[in-house]
Amino acid sequence: MIANVTWDEESVAERCRAFLAEHDPARMDRLEFLRARFDAGLAWVHFPEGLGGLGAPRELQAVVERELKGTPDNDPGRIGIGLGMAAPTILAFGTEEQKKRFLRPLWTGEEVWCQLFSEPGAGSDLAALATRAVKDGDEWVIDGQKVWTSVAHRARWGILVARTDPNVPKHRGLTYFICDMHAPGVEVRPLRQITGEAEFNEVFLTGVRLPDSLRLGEVGEGWRVAQTTLMNERVAIGGAQSRRSMINVVAATWRSRPELRTHELHQRLLALWVEAEVLRLTGARLREQLAAGQPGPEGSGMKLALARLHQRLTGLEVELLREEGLTYDDWTFRRPDRVDFTGRQAGYRYLRAKGNSIEGGTSEILRNIIAERVLGLPPEPRTDKDVAWKDLPR
Amino acid sequence: MSAPTMSLLYTEVEEELRAAVRDLLTDRSGPAAVLARADTAASGGVPYDSELWTALARDIGAAGLLVPEELGGAGASAREAAVVLEELGRAVAVVPFFSSAVLATSALLACDGPAARDLLGRLASGETTAALAVSLAASPYRPPEPAVELGADGTVLGTVTGVIGAEVADVLLVPVRHAGGRALCAVERTAPGVSITPVTSLDLTRPIATVSFGGAPAEVVAEGDGPVRDALVTGAGLLASEQLGIADWCLTTTVAYVKERKQFARPIGSFQAIKHRLADLWLEVVGARAAARNAAAHLACWGAGSAGSGEVATAVAVAQAHCGTVAVHAAEECIQLHGGIGMTWEHPAHLYLKRAKADEIALGTPGDHRNALAGLADLPGPVS
Repeated sequence: MIANVTWDEESVAERCRAFLAEHDPARMDRLEFLRARFDAGLAWVHFPEGLGGLGAPRELQAVVERELKGTPDNDPGRIGIGLGMAAPTILAFGTEEQKKRFLRPLWTGEEVWCQLFSEPGAGSDLAALATRAVKDGDEWVIDGQKVWTSVAHRARWGILVARTDPNVPKHRGLTYFICDMHAPGVEVRPLRQITGEAEFNEVFLTGVRLPDSLRLGEVGEGWRVAQTTLMNERVAIGGAQSRRSMINVVAATWRSRPELRTHELHQRLLALWVEAEVLRLTGARLREQLAAGQPGPEGSGMKLALARLHQRLTGLEVELLREEGLTYDDWTFRRPDRVDFTGRQAGYRYLRAKGNSIEGGTSEILRNIIAERVLGLPPEPRTDKDVAWKDLPR
Repeated sequence: MSAPTMSLLYTEVEEELRAAVRDLLTDRSGPAAVLARADTAASGGVPYDSELWTALARDIGAAGLLVPEELGGAGASAREAAVVLEELGRAVAVVPFFSSAVLATSALLACDGPAARDLLGRLASGETTAALAVSLAASPYRPPEPAVELGADGTVLGTVTGVIGAEVADVLLVPVRHAGGRALCAVERTAPGVSITPVTSLDLTRPIATVSFGGAPAEVVAEGDGPVRDALVTGAGLLASEQLGIADWCLTTTVAYVKERKQFARPIGSFQAIKHRLADLWLEVVGARAAARNAAAHLACWGAGSAGSGEVATAVAVAQAHCGTVAVHAAEECIQLHGGIGMTWEHPAHLYLKRAKADEIALGTPGDHRNALAGLADLPGPVS
């Protein structure tokens, strides 16, 4: 171990080159290569030494990605929930044993993670969730139902929030667990959505027994732990979506179909093109602010604006297509690995975009967040804060 | 002077300039002072604040921002002028900065020759103020036919409507037609045959006037209509920053008001119906800032010869299409969310609404700018 090293671009690049000199990806198994990369601290450089990182500034990760370009990667699109949500939460709240056990196979992709937060009765009001966790000796017994769980059918582990004390106000009676998705009593059912496919699942938890060693954070601290996960989720969503892709898709359709154009659609398209360009510039300005070390509140608005733009653009495209807009490419019940906005027809884009204003925080909740945290407006009076969860109307 | 940056942020120098302008306006151009100026305009007088203009133009040096150093200016760029306009928009200040230091100056910067250079030097020092005798409603995409004729005897004849800043200008820059085509002429405002008639205007803080030339002596400063076209493009792009300033004031003022104002025993800003509207408005203003900065940065690089005119035109059209609408929306929300007080003459909100609505029409409507993007962004209209 190298102690008290101050990492910079050159020393990180040097470490990458030394690593590659000893680990030739052409002569190694892909997984062995990824494990070795993790052990060399080149998985996520801002993580501590011994946990896949170097304790280096986050921005130096770009140096690693540049130096290791073309080598086998961990297919981040497939393990996004583990990388974007589970890992930062485990790092912040996990015990040393938990960090050692979970982070390496999470990063290499050997173990896929899913998120067990939303419930049929707890969406925007997540803290009202009803899945119970009851202590039984050294174990917890979990009963409840979760929903909108991506990749649950392929997941080894899930991050789970459950109610351990129904007798205190809702935010205080929650505890955060790592759920063993292979445990008896875990049942995963695909949830078919309006596009015809099933990106998500419902997860039924019936008498699932989890050892206390899978608890993350203290009993009753679940809400605070979950905040870390949720903050990282919005960062992941805001950063993941391409800001120009949808306008480019619709503009390409427009250019290729001159016979379908009308004056009225033209005016709407031009207005949306301006909106897309303004959003692109807003994103560019936001990245400049971040790079200059002056993060602005603009980030809170990006997801809200993108959802609205995507919905209006995709709606316009279907309308433009007239008779073709009456068709749909494929209603086959499938389980896609990822959302493919550009590889399918206009009807799919239109329907899938409807989820943009619901997933990862509804647009209404995001407006509340902007109003209260950015503009400093007072919250709505609350009737649920100081009432025991069991006494809340449901 | 280093090459202008394409950054969408504000440089330290720009922030210093902003602080100086804001201090001055806080001191001399608060809501009560501007309302008094508006009263003057409403009763047929000239509302401009000449002491404020002197302090801004000479002491801070704002008049010469766009003028090169060798002509006595600051040799700054559109970026700095944009920051001044943001602050003037926030205060709806009654000074001829936009008409003289932006529109007239941009036209002269596109002229060659000693007459234009001499005039630029006088404008830069702030001693002299000029106005471009073109309607504020002119579109940069279809500049109007010159309404004034330059005779063989060197005098001009004709009338231009919708002109801003003429009543306080020392020099009028007039697009003219003559036997050889088109030209830009300079006419002293006090020359015989020049008459300026104020028009009862929607915007009390930047009224329009009708300018008539009845055989006034004129000097040709440039042949062709290039200078007017350049001035309209630069003016449109920089007007977006004024619109940003207007929108920013309206949002900030409204947010402060809904935190204070109580109905149904709680601040009205705690109702989601109001919070969500303000969150949406905030998002529009955030976008306006990015778009206005982008236009200013492109204009600055265009001036320095490092940006193509297609890119500049796109940046200007996007900024105008967005910011023009946002400023009006912000002013309308400001009135609505202030309730009854927002409808009174006493509260300054109406001054912002009037400026925002006039600015929406100025130098191309949002629709004109969107239509220009059909060509610029390769989104052609219907075939027939």
